[in-house]
Amino acid sequence: MPDPALAPHFLRTRRGRALIYQALALCALVAAGWFLWHNTAENLAARQIRSGFGFMRQPAGFDIGETLFAYSSRDTYLRAFAIGVANTLRVALLGIVLATVLGTLVGIGRLSRNLLVRGLCTAYVEVMRNIPLIIQLFAWYLVITELLPAATEPLRIGPYVFLSKSGLQFPFPDLSGGWTLAVPEVGVFGITGGAAATPEFLSLLIGLTTFTAAYIAEIVRSGVLAVPRGQTEAAGALGLSRALTLRLVLLPQALRIIVPPLTSQYLNLTKNSSLAVAIGYPDVVSIANTTINQNGQALECVLMIMTVYLAINLVTALAMGWYNRRVALVER
Amino acid sequence: MDPHAHVEPLPARTPPRSATGVSGWVRANFFGGPGNTAATILFGGLLAWALPPAFNWLAGNAVWHADYAACRALDHAGACWGFVTEKWRLILFGRYPYAEQWRPLAATAIVIAALVVTAIPAFWRRWLGWLWGAALAAFFALMSGGVLGLTRVDTGLWGGLPLTVLLTLVGMGASIPIGILLALARRSELPLLRSMATLYIELVRGVPLITVLFTASFVFPLLLPQGIRLDVLTRVALGIVLFQAAYMAEVVRGGLQALPKGQYEAAGALGLSWWRTQQKVILPQALTLVIPSFVNSLLSTFMDTSLVTVVSMYDLTGALRLALGDPQWRNFFFEGYVFVALIYFTCCFAMSRYSHWLDHRLSRWTRH
Amino acid sequence: MPASRRILVPLVAATALALGLAPPAFAGKTLDAVKARGEVICGVNTSGPGFSSTDSKGRWQGLDVDMCRAVAAAALGSGEKVKFVPLNSQQRFAALQSGEIDILSRNTTWTLTRDASLGIVFAGINYYDGQGFMVPKKLNIDSAKKLDGATVCVQAGTTSEKNVADYFLANNMKYKSVVFDTAEAIQSAFFAGRCQVYTTDMSDLAGARTQTSKPDDYTILPDIISKEPLGPAVRRGDDDWFEITRWTLNAMLEAEEAGLTQANVDKMKAESKDPAIQRLLGVSEDTGKLLGLDKEWAYRIVKQVGTYGESFERNMGPKSALGLPRGVNKLWNQGGLMYSPPVR
Repeated sequence: MPDPALAPHFLRTRRGRALIYQALALCALVAAGWFLWHNTAENLAARQIRSGFGFMRQPAGFDIGETLFAYSSRDTYLRAFAIGVANTLRVALLGIVLATVLGTLVGIGRLSRNLLVRGLCTAYVEVMRNIPLIIQLFAWYLVITELLPAATEPLRIGPYVFLSKSGLQFPFPDLSGGWTLAVPEVGVFGITGGAAATPEFLSLLIGLTTFTAAYIAEIVRSGVLAVPRGQTEAAGALGLSRALTLRLVLLPQALRIIVPPLTSQYLNLTKNSSLAVAIGYPDVVSIANTTINQNGQALECVLMIMTVYLAINLVTALAMGWYNRRVALVER
Repeated sequence: MDPHAHVEPLPARTPPRSATGVSGWVRANFFGGPGNTAATILFGGLLAWALPPAFNWLAGNAVWHADYAACRALDHAGACWGFVTEKWRLILFGRYPYAEQWRPLAATAIVIAALVVTAIPAFWRRWLGWLWGAALAAFFALMSGGVLGLTRVDTGLWGGLPLTVLLTLVGMGASIPIGILLALARRSELPLLRSMATLYIELVRGVPLITVLFTASFVFPLLLPQGIRLDVLTRVALGIVLFQAAYMAEVVRGGLQALPKGQYEAAGALGLSWWRTQQKVILPQALTLVIPSFVNSLLSTFMDTSLVTVVSMYDLTGALRLALGDPQWRNFFFEGYVFVALIYFTCCFAMSRYSHWLDHRLSRWTRH
Repeated sequence: MPASRRILVPLVAATALALGLAPPAFAGKTLDAVKARGEVICGVNTSGPGFSSTDSKGRWQGLDVDMCRAVAAAALGSGEKVKFVPLNSQQRFAALQSGEIDILSRNTTWTLTRDASLGIVFAGINYYDGQGFMVPKKLNIDSAKKLDGATVCVQAGTTSEKNVADYFLANNMKYKSVVFDTAEAIQSAFFAGRCQVYTTDMSDLAGARTQTSKPDDYTILPDIISKEPLGPAVRRGDDDWFEITRWTLNAMLEAEEAGLTQANVDKMKAESKDPAIQRLLGVSEDTGKLLGLDKEWAYRIVKQVGTYGESFERNMGPKSALGLPRGVNKLWNQGGLMYSPPVR
């Protein structure tokens, strides 16, 4: 038994030191937190800016161009934020689906034996990954608004679908009153009625899709290449064509390698949708921006945006984690 | 049979279709099978239809001089590169005073030269740190002036490519030490440090950069004590540093996890303290492992700096929008975007190629 | 030392050096800070023809620019001691609150919310404006009441956004809004045809129309749907600086009322027997002392910048590119709304 008289002092043991360091860290953290809090309170008081979330119950006073559910300028800020979240989810979900499809196609194209297909896909991936997303968004937006015809003389696709500077307008069931179909018609100022995919939405969607698809293509390609070569050779020995090999043997096994980086690309797409503020699409960041300018409560609005994104991230990560467990290698 | 009897060789069969040489290569890559052939015809036709008019528009019918009348006369039949010829100084240098624009040019050239020197593994010596110190000091001295007889230029006027380069370097440089500390804290055995680091990293990685820029722009002034003021450039740079630090922490953590436990145990057996272990044994190996990831982070920081245009700082993208504000040249936005996209593409493509090369080169040392 | 440290130490040192080169921070009153700095920092519009814009040589000019130059002339002695910081509509209040600028002279509308809850106060009104609409001529619209169903371009975070919502609601009309953060983006979208109506202050509409290559293709509707009193703003809590700004504007109005001009102010200062002029120009009384300035503060304003009328004519009058009539911005004794309390 070690002699207790020779044991080192508690504060010199590992546990003691750990306690000291953590106590110091806690003190530093609390001091920093108090310092920031004190400054904020002082500054808010000096500038006579209100604080607190009470403003959410007041009427917003501004209108929003694209709404998934009914909204007017007399509705509260809270409802305006909800519209913003709905818009963000709308573009993020559609973007995820389209980007996955496009990215998988381009990724498989990069593995093709045909030089033209391989070259085109490689060029696509390199160009899209090396140009910042915001430039791509601006370019898409300007191209769409310049090239499409004016709203008063739209391009007609079929009897009820119109393409113009006001976007793509199509019939949509009118859920507010009965089960009628709201059909777009050409009026004095262009097309009224029906549902619309505005140029802002279209350019954001196309920009996000093409940008993220390039990254997904790389992930798919490296996933397929990581499947052991023996699988391809065995499939060849069985007489499977290249297409069948890809579909039945390689892709299913590649999935478990693809899913984790795919998750982070989905999260990136959701975060990148915040660039909507630059091209005028009313997502949650854009609406928070307008709110900050109307009433100066920057702290509350920024906290709300961060909460929204963290919540979306959490849900996406959980969903993809569940899917990952399903495709993971089951080892005995 | 007489073994020495003369046997007539069978007549030669026709050779199989060549799988080698030019015709073999063409057949394999373009006409390998029915699907392959169909794809070649489809995409080849598409390219033949699209490329000649595109080339015509870009170069054939284009106007290269800053001649507004000629550009208008083109009526979109060709590219008006005159816009770029007229406005390239505004796009590249932002609102920096016209007469002094040699200064941001020199400053950017010095920093890019330092980057090129850093890229060559033969130069990875101690004096590289001092080289960078000198390069950055020269950069700031040239850009802001006030020394050596140069006129002072306020940070609010800095813009264009120098601003992009500055934000990238400061963002990377300052976020690396913070990221290392965060990664070490996240792997620490002390539960408080571990949880605080994890909370910070996951929080910052979960929000978009735009929210961080808004925080820097609107919220930081509230957090500072009364009477202390930071200009916008410093606040935005601070926001970018805090954002990148979380991503750096994850990169470094990947390197730390890749080290075998034996290194820690051996260091412990030698009696090294925790800090000594990190400094002498762990960090040198871990950081060397993740150098290619550092280059990727540099690339993504470079692309992320284009977002500062949303908080009205005139980096390369913002300066382009400024140039497009001129009503005369507003119609030629496409040429402007192609120009700026080309600059970004060149820099980013070079960096990503370098990253691949470096990865290949470094992994030679660890391959057995 | 590991490789990273060799690079880090000089990098950190260089960053510290850079922060040291950043402008010094001052506690205390704005006037002291301005005097110590030697210049007034003025927040202006990134591009507001008539109010604040740069000419081809980079020199700022406009009604709001003249306001700042006048304050600089009064406080520092020279109207050239001004630094102009262009701000878009989102940053303007944050910049003033945080101390980045001393005066916000950026055709900003004076409203209760802004006066009471943003930590700023308005020092006066230098332009009485109203909100209007601009539409392409070929739509053949002559009244704002016929805009039902239109797509309207408006700038984010401005009173225009709220006013147009109120107007359409009050008149039972529907519209679709397209919102951007900068005036350039909106004008680009409007002139490209993305929206059929552009709404902002009338003076902005006139300025925007000068920026297109075909100004005659667009009409500005006669309806004015709101009051937009535009004026300079300063931080709340600094009364001295507030008084200086307020009385600078008032001095420009008083000078015009007294018949002074940039050309005749020297002569008037030497010869005039009018007690009001003598008081204003510092000949008989020192009114500047009460503001913390010297006695020639108003004389310098008129000499270097001019009176309100001269500033208006120069920047947006009938002979300038904007060609706006003086309208309600005339002096009170000529049928307008410009009324200054007496400088005595």
